[in-house]
Amino acid sequence: MTDRPRPHNPLIQSGISLDRRALLTGAAGAVAALGSAATARAGGIPKELPDWTTGMGPGVTDEPYGTPSKFEAHVVRRNVEWLTASTESSINFTPLQDLNGILTPNGLFFERHHSGRADVDPAQHRLVIHGMVERPVSLTMEDLQRLPPVDRIAFTECAANGGMEWRGAQLNGVQFVRGMLGCAQWTGVSVRTLLEHAGVRPGAKWVLAEGADNAALDRSIPLDKMLDDAIVAYAQNGERLRPGQGYPIRLVLPGYEGNMWVKWLRRLEVGDQPWYTRWETSKYTDLLPTGKAIKFSFVQEANSVITSPSPEKPLNGPGQYVIRGLAWSGNGRVARVDVSTDGGKNWVQAPLQEPVLPKALTRFYLPWRWDGGSALLQCRAIDETGYVQPTIEALRNVRGRNSIYHNNSIITWLINPSGEVENVQVA
Amino acid sequence: MSRLHNVLLAVATTMALSAAGPALAGPPLEIGTPLTPEEIARWDIAVRPDGKGLPPGSGTARQGDPIYQEKCAVCHGEFGEGAGRWPQLVGGQGTLTSDNPAKTPGSYWPYATTLFDYIRRAMPFGAGQSLSNDEVYAITAYLLSEEGIIAADTVVDARTLPAIAMPNRDGFIEDPRPDVPKAKVAELCMTNCVEKVTITGHARKIDVTPDKQAAARGE
Repeated sequence: MTDRPRPHNPLIQSGISLDRRALLTGAAGAVAALGSAATARAGGIPKELPDWTTGMGPGVTDEPYGTPSKFEAHVVRRNVEWLTASTESSINFTPLQDLNGILTPNGLFFERHHSGRADVDPAQHRLVIHGMVERPVSLTMEDLQRLPPVDRIAFTECAANGGMEWRGAQLNGVQFVRGMLGCAQWTGVSVRTLLEHAGVRPGAKWVLAEGADNAALDRSIPLDKMLDDAIVAYAQNGERLRPGQGYPIRLVLPGYEGNMWVKWLRRLEVGDQPWYTRWETSKYTDLLPTGKAIKFSFVQEANSVITSPSPEKPLNGPGQYVIRGLAWSGNGRVARVDVSTDGGKNWVQAPLQEPVLPKALTRFYLPWRWDGGSALLQCRAIDETGYVQPTIEALRNVRGRNSIYHNNSIITWLINPSGEVENVQVA
Repeated sequence: MSRLHNVLLAVATTMALSAAGPALAGPPLEIGTPLTPEEIARWDIAVRPDGKGLPPGSGTARQGDPIYQEKCAVCHGEFGEGAGRWPQLVGGQGTLTSDNPAKTPGSYWPYATTLFDYIRRAMPFGAGQSLSNDEVYAITAYLLSEEGIIAADTVVDARTLPAIAMPNRDGFIEDPRPDVPKAKVAELCMTNCVEKVTITGHARKIDVTPDKQAAARGE
């Protein structure tokens, strides 16, 4: 592809345009700009040596578990206070605008709890497998370590991600519009291995997964999905799960909505029909304009978002930028991402970064020269099934405005001549 | 000898299993603790629409009223009308096609058994699994009675609860997705796709974003 980013080009790294015509016609001008007094002051070498050069830092013992630079203190999860009645049954949002690559750092991974964050002692925790099985069994966390593990990179996304935008553009930030999202490498035991261990009886079709937290959240999951790619995970991005992610074990269901990835998992009950729990009837069902609602809407369909520029990442004067974004699909791999800078009139394909993994976040970067005028930035993901991420209008045409969940519509960022970026909706 | 033999057998079985690939009933691994029905009962709290999982015990709305007022009304209102931001539990029938649907057990939930399952495991909020089975039956009966689905003296128990017909029993459909008309990828428009783009809504005008200034500064 002709527009593949060239990260090693020093002109890009110094923030100078790589626009081909500018290179051909304005090379002398660019060199002059580099040498000007103004540029030297703003981006040149400071006159004084900094403290970290003239003095020594702490040794290797002051911070047994490392933390980010104090200059990154703004990179945190945030919540939307008016969204829920209490913080214990609520959600916080991943700061997508400040993240790179496809893996979400564990300390920034969004959390959704239904009755607070449980603090489970692994020595007292058990995973119980029973119901329509030959051998009901209780597994300690140590037992799980003796079964062959699997590693799997997968995104998890709350079904309500983007849910506040059904009726119109509402929250002004990529963190709030798409931040109920994270991607990690999960390590654990495949559910297939566990169910083989217990021996599934003929006629079984569903598995109830239940947490050990005070909500004891329970969801019915098709047996086929459990045998396909479900994992009982004990590790995330190389370390044990954080309490907020279900320590010591959680269910991983690649491609399925986040609430089904039951945290603090204590029980798998095999049965021949679903349980119709509160979390698959009252909540996490999609109400349609007819008054009927969609049940068992498990999959997170293809979705994408530009993480920068974004309301949190405004532009600082015309010139060369990179449009950075994420795309994902619960139905497989991302096949293609298109980007528009004029609200969907014209589109170009954005190069995808490797790795492009099924049911995982995928990165795209597209160099872009901002001319300083108004622009409407959009991206749309197309997955390997041929599904094209819809506009909000197309989605509303089939689901109305009351469905809360599964809003995977194209997002529009309005770039103002000031460089400020705003979440808008267009028609 | 036999103990060592068992350990070796277990290791061999594990290896054979992973090499052999999928099989739904592999040979039992010697990992984990076999469970008795009595042990399983300690954690087995899930209830199904057909009544499977409902425990012994019973309650009526009359019995449930004082328990509800003491343990539930502070959040859900004296009559289930909801307090503050906490969920409304009664009313809402006929609102599902309106701009502000009230999704209560009476207006939305397809099965009465879900009330028992949820109240027992998760309510009162922060004190899940603290109520007796009789209390859960009684509170369930109170809510169904306030909704006008059962009488105040109807006995709710493992036999009667699954038989209660909820108004929105047939309100759910299977997942129709992908439900948006399918576009042909090869024919996707790339240039001059729309004549005019109109901005229909600005998040900034709604003005409900938390931490707005910090977000605008990129902090």
